[in-house]
This record gives sequence, structure tokens and C-alpha cells, in this order.
Amino acid sequence: MDLTRREFLKICAGSAVALGISQILIPEVVEALERAAAGNPPVIWLEGSGCTGCSVSLLNTSHPKISELLLKIISLKVHPTLMAASGDKVVLSMEKTAEEAKGKFILIVEGSIPVAENGTYATLGEKNGKPVSLLEWTKKLGEKAKYVIAVGTCASYGGIPAGAPDPTGAKGVGEILGRKVINVPGCPPHPDWVVGTLVHLILYGLPKLDENRRPTLFYRFLLHENCPNYSFYIHQKFAQNLSEEGCLVKLGCKGPLTYADCPLRRWHNGVNWCIGASAPCIGCVQMEFPDGLSPFYGWPEKKR
Amino acid sequence: MAKKIITIDPITRIEGHLKVVLEIEEGKVVDARSSGTLFRGFEIILKGRDPRDAQQLTQRACGICSASHATCASLTLESAFRVKPPSNARIIRNLVTGANFLQSHILHFYLLAALDYFVGPEKPPFIPAIKGDFRLSQQMNKEYFDHYIEAMEVRRKIHEMIAIFGGKIPHHISFVPGGVTEKPTVDKMASYLWRLRESIDFIENIYVPDVLRLADVYKDYSKIGRGYGNLLSYGAFDLDDRGSNKLFKRGLLIDGKIEKMNSEKITEDVQYSWYETKTSGKNPKDSDTIPAPGKPGAYSWLKAPRYEGRPYELGPLARMWMNGDYRKGISVMDRHIARALEAKKIARAMEEWVLQLQPGRRVYVPCKVPNNGQGIGLTEASRGALGHWLKISNSQIARYQIVTPTNWNCSPRDDKDRPGPMEKALIGTPVADAENPIELMRIIRSYDPCMACSVHLIAPGRSIFEFRVC
Repeated sequence: MDLTRREFLKICAGSAVALGISQILIPEVVEALERAAAGNPPVIWLEGSGCTGCSVSLLNTSHPKISELLLKIISLKVHPTLMAASGDKVVLSMEKTAEEAKGKFILIVEGSIPVAENGTYATLGEKNGKPVSLLEWTKKLGEKAKYVIAVGTCASYGGIPAGAPDPTGAKGVGEILGRKVINVPGCPPHPDWVVGTLVHLILYGLPKLDENRRPTLFYRFLLHENCPNYSFYIHQKFAQNLSEEGCLVKLGCKGPLTYADCPLRRWHNGVNWCIGASAPCIGCVQMEFPDGLSPFYGWPEKKR
Repeated sequence: MAKKIITIDPITRIEGHLKVVLEIEEGKVVDARSSGTLFRGFEIILKGRDPRDAQQLTQRACGICSASHATCASLTLESAFRVKPPSNARIIRNLVTGANFLQSHILHFYLLAALDYFVGPEKPPFIPAIKGDFRLSQQMNKEYFDHYIEAMEVRRKIHEMIAIFGGKIPHHISFVPGGVTEKPTVDKMASYLWRLRESIDFIENIYVPDVLRLADVYKDYSKIGRGYGNLLSYGAFDLDDRGSNKLFKRGLLIDGKIEKMNSEKITEDVQYSWYETKTSGKNPKDSDTIPAPGKPGAYSWLKAPRYEGRPYELGPLARMWMNGDYRKGISVMDRHIARALEAKKIARAMEEWVLQLQPGRRVYVPCKVPNNGQGIGLTEASRGALGHWLKISNSQIARYQIVTPTNWNCSPRDDKDRPGPMEKALIGTPVADAENPIELMRIIRSYDPCMACSVHLIAPGRSIFEFRVC
């Protein structure tokens, strides 16, 4: 039986979330996906000014497993950390996919794109003996892709490389392309956010996005209001030192400024999450990360 | 005589952006230059911030070894803040960092390196495939692919172990100067332990045997990719609160002899790097990062770290050698074997550490950022020795220098024109087919390069050196 979009959304964000287990586990989803993905939508994964953390987080997807995603669901034509080939073959694969699957492939970008000095701070491969900048690749492939997903806070908004004094002119992908992209921020993003977005695109097309072009499915929750420590906040019980019980807001917790479903979804198959480990949230999914949310273990003087 | 210049860009299945330019003559590499192709300017971004934030920010240098940066930054901040974390915190740090070594080693062998030895299915990302001497029997090839898939699950579950005490990973949240935020409970210890036992089963019954079988099929790779034969380790995994006893000892191997290591003797040369030459030859605590793009003769944004002026290889082989756990040789296969045996050693130690946790005892000592101070943190990341150097002025970061293992291993030439360790290991290697230099890929990947980590990297788009094909 085909899975309706409504059922899928329920699975992603519904009661299963409250149980604290990873959501995309339902066998119907995997089945529906396998059918929908019979053509194996081609995916090109680029890495700009990043740390590979988003890729590693994707490897942590539990339902579907990463092997199912790679072998059954998508056709990962280019990925810097996973693909077999090196050198010119990588460049060829990118160009071939962009031509043969023009308007069909999905472009995923991890890391921000440095634009200072014509983008020469990040390059990938060579054309006619000259290095090609990630700026050029992103523009070239971005034009031809069916969808562009900016994975992680760097690709979405610039992230840490764009932190003051922004030495390389690092930008989010949306700022560079003349088209709309889907932002899946987080440092790194939860694998469910990435896979859930990808699955929605394959099964039903564009998911509902908020004003920052994030899927509302995952980012509509104010973290603070869904935090298990919220009742401490209501009762004004604040931790004065790290590792003490209480709301962590006075220690710099950025939960009140952060929109993500971490408290409901939790991380790593529901094992834990940042505030679950008694640490203040640093707001890594937010557009203002890191400058607007630092210091992480306190508040700027004037805000106090 | 015809010389051939080949450029491999990008080198995939490593962390980050790496390009290698090789000169081949009469079927042998006569010159090699490795360069990163990404510059983010982390050390510049860190200046002027709250020192405590370095603990979170420096992790973001690398999505694979983030836990080691967290440990290193914590040690650095604690040395500047003059505070010692309690035992529980020391043990939790070992458990988090140790687990990340396991997942990194498993990821490296199966997901990154092994595709140079087995053939994957006829589907991206396994095609386009690479050409070369794939010697495994059909049966063995199938087993290696099955283990590749299994390795993905095992490393994912090892990250769950980190989440238990770290919240999440990459870039876990729980380390802070003064200790950790997450408290141990019997539930968490049990939950950690059963996952650990599952990973030990994989490491001892699949990973280690697979590496040994591979080394047997590719015996010739125990002879190539040696490099200088100098090894160095800062040591890691404190076994007591004073830090005097470590699972991996601090030390170095030079001219066949083991000697003591003193961090004051570390310097960074920049003659071949795009930095002001006046900053050359300084210890990281006094050094500065003053970019000089386009500096004549330079070809990398990586500095060239040296110890008493000499290049050293870092990594699992260096650590296992220093401990006397593995001293069979220095080569491509020796690096893989040492890495696998190290995973086994760490995992078995972790089994003891988790039971040393004391639920109910403290995990954190409150501490304050001083107005002024200096800090140093020396530890090991999965790829080798990692050091952070910090100077605080007006309670802000005045200087933060990070010297990563890949900085050493993939460094350019130094002020005395000596190639970096990986360059040296490539030079002299016979290449059967210059269009498909699989031998060289195997050497490069045996070092497990981690480029993003290596903070100051090449500014590309400039001519690196004159190509002369005669």
C-alpha cells in the first residue's frame, strides 16, 4: 500500500517522536521509498568549507541504515569521503551527472562557500590544469539540479568559517545561488533531518519550509519550551554551576533562542542529546551561530 | 628522459581536500608535493573570543576527530585556568575519546582505505571504480564488502556510546574546562558496556583478521611507503589524575632509538608555506599565523612542524611503537596493522575504565577565566599527536595555535628543503601505470590524512611550482 504524505509526516513528527525513538524506521517508509526510488535519484554531494562532520552525522542514520540509503534509495554519484574514484574521474562524474540527469539530480552541499578572492580558498579538481573553486562548482551544478539542499549550518548560513572576522568571505549556498535552496542546519544536523528531507523530496516533492527555508517538520519547535528542564525554568530553579540540577539558561543555554526538535527526537537512536548530557545548548542550528550565540557558557554583558 | 607530471585532485576517501602532484621518471616517483585545497582561517576566527568557547569551536575543525580536539582544548584551557578535573571526568573523557578512536579506525579501514583492495558493487559510489591490481579471491572480495556494510553499523553504534557521555557526536557537548557535564550512572555504564562488547567482537573477530589477511595478500606493501622512519607520540589516555601514567607513552623514535619528547623542541618552518618568513622556526607558543599569499617558492598553507629540526611520522604506528606493542616495521601494511591492533588495545582498556567510574562522585570543578595566562594541551587524535597552544589576554583568546597530526604527516618541505613525511614516503615508489597510480593512493591513505583538521592549508589558484616536462 502506498504511503500518503500525511502518514509520512505523522511518522516523522508524530507520536513516535514523543517516544524518543528515531522516526524513519517504519518499514512502510522504506518500502515506499524503494518503490519511489526505483530510478535511484542521482545525488551529488559537494564539500566546501566544512569539516566532514555533516557526512559523518549522515553515516549515523539508523532508519534507514546508511547502507540501505546508498544501495537501495539514492545513487550517490559524487561524495568526497565515500566514492571509490579519485582525481579526474571525480570531475568527470560531476559533469556527466549534471548533463545526463539535468533537472533530475539532487545537489547536496556541506560546508560554506568562500567567495573572497574569487573563491580560491576552496577548490576541487582541475580543468585545463587550473583548480576549480567550490564557488564555481556550486553555481554550475546548482543551476542544473532539481533540488539543492544545504546540509549543516555552514552550508545554510556560513557557520563558523563566516565567524568574525570572516577571513575567507564564507557564505551559505542560498546566498550564492540565484535559486531557492532547502536549508537543513545543525552543527552537524541530525541524520533524521537530512534523510527525512531527502525522503520527502523523493516521495512527495518539496516539504513545507519556514521563512529561513528550513523544513518545518523538524525546525518548528522552540527548543526551550520542549526541554525537560522547562519546568525548572517555570519554577525559577536555575543551575548556578555546570553539572548542577536546574534550568541551564543562566549558564548560557541558548535553548530559548533555538528552533529544533532535539528534545523530542533526541540523538543517536534516542540515546541522548546535548541538554540531556547536562550541557547548555549552543544553538548550533541557528542562522546567528556562532557569533550571535557566543559566549556559549554565558551571555554577552548587555543582555544580562 | 621523459618525465611525467601527474596531478591527483581531489584525493577522495580521506577527510577533506587534498591534492597531490607527482613527478614520475622511469616508472618511479622522483618528486611529490602534497597540498590541501581549503583554507578556513580557524586560528584567526578564534582570536578575541571567550577562551571557554575554544572547547566547542576547535572541535569543528574536524568532523571525524572532534573528540580529540575537545580533549586537547580542555587540557589547554585547564592548564591556563590552573584547574584539575576530578577522576570521573578524566575517565569519561577517556571513554568518549577512546570510542571515537575505535569508530575512526574502523571507518578508516573499511570505508576509506579498503576500496583500494576490494571491488565494490556496480553502483555509485563504488563506480567509477579505480584500476589496479585487485588480488583478493572472489570469496574474500565478497567478505570484505560484507564487512564494509557491517562496519558502517558498528561505527554508528560506537557513536551511540559517545552520546551516552557526550550528548551527541560529531562535536559532542559535554567536555568543559574543569571536567565534564554528564554524570555517570549505573544505567549509563551498563548501556555503554554492552555496546562496547559488541564492538570488541567486531574488532577482534573481523577487523584485525581482515587487516592481517590483507597484509598477507599484499606482502609487498610491507616494503613500501616507509618514509623517514622517525616516529613521535605525545601520549594519551591518562590512567591517573596526575597524568603521569598514560595508556600511550610520550616519546619519539630517532635513528632507531627511543628518546624523551619535550614540546619546547617543536618548531614550525614556513619557507615553503605562505606565511611571513620571519615567523619560521618558532615554537607554536610563540608563533603567529601571518599569511603571505604568493610568497615565492611556497606551495602550501600547511606549515612544516619539525622536532629538533627533523620530520616525524605520527599516528597509531608511532604510538604502538613507543609502547613496544608493535615494532615489526614501518610501511603501508604496518600502519594498517598497528591501527587495528591499537583499536583492540584501546577497546580492552575501555572495558576496565568504564567500571572505574564512581556514580554519585563529582564530575566538574568550577573554574574561572583568568585575565591573562598561557595554556598548552598535548594529546593524541586517531591520526596522531595533537597539540593546542593558547595565550589569554584580558580574559580573551589572544593567540590559539593548533598543530594537528596531518600537519606533520602531510607537511611541505622545511627550511632545510627536506620533504614532509608523506612526500618522502611517496618518493622512490615504483608505479606500474602512471595513469592509475594505485600504489601511491595506498601509501597516501595509509596515513589516514585529515585535511580540514590541518587548519592552515594551501591557498589554491596560484601556480604551485613550474611544471617542466622534459
